[in-house]
Amino acid sequence: MKPIAFTLNGVARTVTVDENRDLLWVLRDDLGYTGTKFGCGASFCGACTVLLDGREVRSCVTPMSRVAGRKVVTVEGLAQGDKLSPVQEAFVEHVGFQCGFCTSGMVIGATALLEANPKPTRAQIIQGLERHLCRCGAHLRVVDAVESAARKMAGGAK
Amino acid sequence: MIVPEGWGFVETIDRRDFLKLTSTGLLVAFAVKPADGALRPVWNFAEQQRTPPDFNAFLHIGANGRVTLFVGKIEMGQGIITGLPQIAAEQLNVPIDRVDCVMGDTDLCPFDNGTFGSLSVWRLGPVLHAAAAEARAVLVQMASEKLGVPVAELTVKDGVVVSRTDASKAVSYGDLAGGKKIERRYEGQAALAKVSEYTIIGKSYPRPDARAKVTGKATYAGDMVPKGALHARIVRPPAHGAKLTSADTSAAEKVPGVRVVKDGDFVAVLHAHRDEADQALKLVKATFTPSPSTLDHENIFAHLEAVDVPRRQMEAAGDVAAGEKSATQMISAKYRKGYVAHSPMETHSAVASVAADGKVTVWAGTQTPFPLQTLVARALKLAPEQVRIITPFVGGGFGGKSASQQAIEAARLAVAVGTPVRVVWSREEEFFFDTFDPAAVISIRAGLDGAKRIVSWDNDIIGSGGRGAAMFYAVPNHRTMTKGGWNNNPAGMHPFAVGPWRAPGANANVWARESHIDTMAAAAGMDPVEFRLLNLKNPRMQRVLEVCARKFGWTPKPGPSRRGFGVALGEDAGTYVVNMAEVKVDPATGAIRVVRVVCAQDMGVVVNPEGATQQMEGCIMMGLGYVLAEEVRFRNGEVLDRNYGSYSLPKFSWMPKIETVLLDNPDLPSQGGGEPAIVGMGAVIANAVFDATGVRITQLPMTPARVKAALGKNG
Repeated sequence: MKPIAFTLNGVARTVTVDENRDLLWVLRDDLGYTGTKFGCGASFCGACTVLLDGREVRSCVTPMSRVAGRKVVTVEGLAQGDKLSPVQEAFVEHVGFQCGFCTSGMVIGATALLEANPKPTRAQIIQGLERHLCRCGAHLRVVDAVESAARKMAGGAK
Repeated sequence: MIVPEGWGFVETIDRRDFLKLTSTGLLVAFAVKPADGALRPVWNFAEQQRTPPDFNAFLHIGANGRVTLFVGKIEMGQGIITGLPQIAAEQLNVPIDRVDCVMGDTDLCPFDNGTFGSLSVWRLGPVLHAAAAEARAVLVQMASEKLGVPVAELTVKDGVVVSRTDASKAVSYGDLAGGKKIERRYEGQAALAKVSEYTIIGKSYPRPDARAKVTGKATYAGDMVPKGALHARIVRPPAHGAKLTSADTSAAEKVPGVRVVKDGDFVAVLHAHRDEADQALKLVKATFTPSPSTLDHENIFAHLEAVDVPRRQMEAAGDVAAGEKSATQMISAKYRKGYVAHSPMETHSAVASVAADGKVTVWAGTQTPFPLQTLVARALKLAPEQVRIITPFVGGGFGGKSASQQAIEAARLAVAVGTPVRVVWSREEEFFFDTFDPAAVISIRAGLDGAKRIVSWDNDIIGSGGRGAAMFYAVPNHRTMTKGGWNNNPAGMHPFAVGPWRAPGANANVWARESHIDTMAAAAGMDPVEFRLLNLKNPRMQRVLEVCARKFGWTPKPGPSRRGFGVALGEDAGTYVVNMAEVKVDPATGAIRVVRVVCAQDMGVVVNPEGATQQMEGCIMMGLGYVLAEEVRFRNGEVLDRNYGSYSLPKFSWMPKIETVLLDNPDLPSQGGGEPAIVGMGAVIANAVFDATGVRITQLPMTPARVKAALGKNG
């Protein structure tokens, strides 16, 4: 057990935990942030994706030792109050989800993708989301949503 | 339960709120007739049924003018959270955002057998139409008395009853219903709004759960954390058929915060943190008997053919032997497909809590809250009323959450430890305990006469049952036998549980039939679409085929045309569906690239076109999985595919260009929409592969290795 300080959705937090524990369960079980989902526990599916210093990581295989001193953003941290982020808005508008269980990870993954590449081609969006699984088959809508968010963030027409 | 109050806000209400809400206002109780299917016992649930209910949904209108539907159905992504309110709003003449939906809560909603079979709009829908119309009639009658205006002179606009001639004479539903308690049983007498007058049905509305789902606020069973809740991890056998012989939990017990439950062969370790429970589980030293099973994913087909299970005749007409005599060509083939996992992204999850009075509440990711209530009660030796199942949002089901063993496990453990318990299956548990889509062997022997008409059809289906196999081509002599199915299989048929998988059995059966039809078209030297049109005497299906062909830009050419075009026809849940696809096959690797899929569907009156379209798109994407890659491998009771490292779901890069068409058919009531578009995916791709290569592949999934081998043998 050891105190680990990090920033969670813009707020400084310190948790005293075994540093080998994975971020996913500290978020869900210790801190009550249940928006981040458990899907496979082995970094295959992407349901647990969060931003770590702005880049997407699989929280199910991210030990707290890696989190110390860094910035974590979960799906709960994307909106500014009631104002959804452009990616969230686009997911709502294009219905980039069905059951919604992969959606937290998808939204985070898309946010990271657009952060790294604000003007992606459709092929780059597909490649960028390749490691996010969706069983309902909302893929088409997700890609449409990310394309639309990119356009909107670039200030273009939607 | 799901209460998207004001469309987009999700919260929990309890029994007191329900009684308060329904203590005044208009409450209409309505039922789906058992003959309509929604109450038909499904799967192995016959023995789990309670007294047959006499109604199975409520519609309430309160003083605030809000309409609340209480239905036992659940929302797992399919979108009835939008579709059902649309129906009520249409018949009541209220804006859709005034309708709330309370779903899947056994304390608040009347009995419902479960959410499956594309039944919600198809079978519950008509009764909801009628109940809402009844509520409207009651309210208009009350308004007539209050306003002193004859019923015939009244109309309803946005929840306000108003005189057609004097707009000052008006009263809102809320004012009519408020302060009184009016209970009505649906009698089916009220006149329905006409299809031609619909203003809400047939339009698309934003999903009320969208905001909650993109912000992480939508709650699923595993997100419920009652105070003091512990995560449970259960000691599992390494193989089906293996039995626990010993479990040494002493090391796990020494871990701070860990509790251990041992109840016969049910052994669990519990901890407040899931990952620490995982670690404690690894410390348990358990031994098991070996599994007696000698089956694997390769010898399973011979086993299914040999296993002593009686066949039953599903359908027959004419005289198959005589038909075969009149044939000029006989075409026979055997089709095999493996087991497929449901693999919803949310693993089976449940949280159970026991109140001071002994009442057990279970939040469960389930498609069948009411049958589950009975099962949990039975496991705990309680009356069903002592168990409440609450179904939050379900993270995908596809039939796999008709079985909800995890909820029973959570409830048993909550009783054992006296504190709330969370059971969230690992992905490995999900693959192990899934009720797989059964492996199947389908043998078809069919005859073609000189006029290129199908004159005989002899279909022997092992494993997949009869759904989707009904003959809709104009074949005078046909017979379909089934041996086993996706439900009610005798012990020994399968090495593990099988169950309903999105359009259960139809994926295999439609694949085999439409592959065979395609082979016959090629044998007749005909274009596959023209051959089908020649052999159909079904104007509704012909129309869907023609619409799809137009959208696709199909030009007639006998196969293999080397264009890589495929077509498949299907009927499911009352809906007619045609898929067309274009594929490219890489002969060097055997990889199939599905370039384009066009899907046309006649589902009668479409309640929510966007929702229906999303279901079609989802079916197409999900279908790519079982067609191209998904097959559960196993050996001697052990499931070898346990996570996505070896078992691949469809990925973004697999996505073809998807185009969908919903046919306008206002004369037909709404049919099912959750499953039809998936049933043709096997055949449409197999037929396109044949068209591209001239090689017929008769085993699913069509993995690169299988395709390469088939091309090498026949190409």
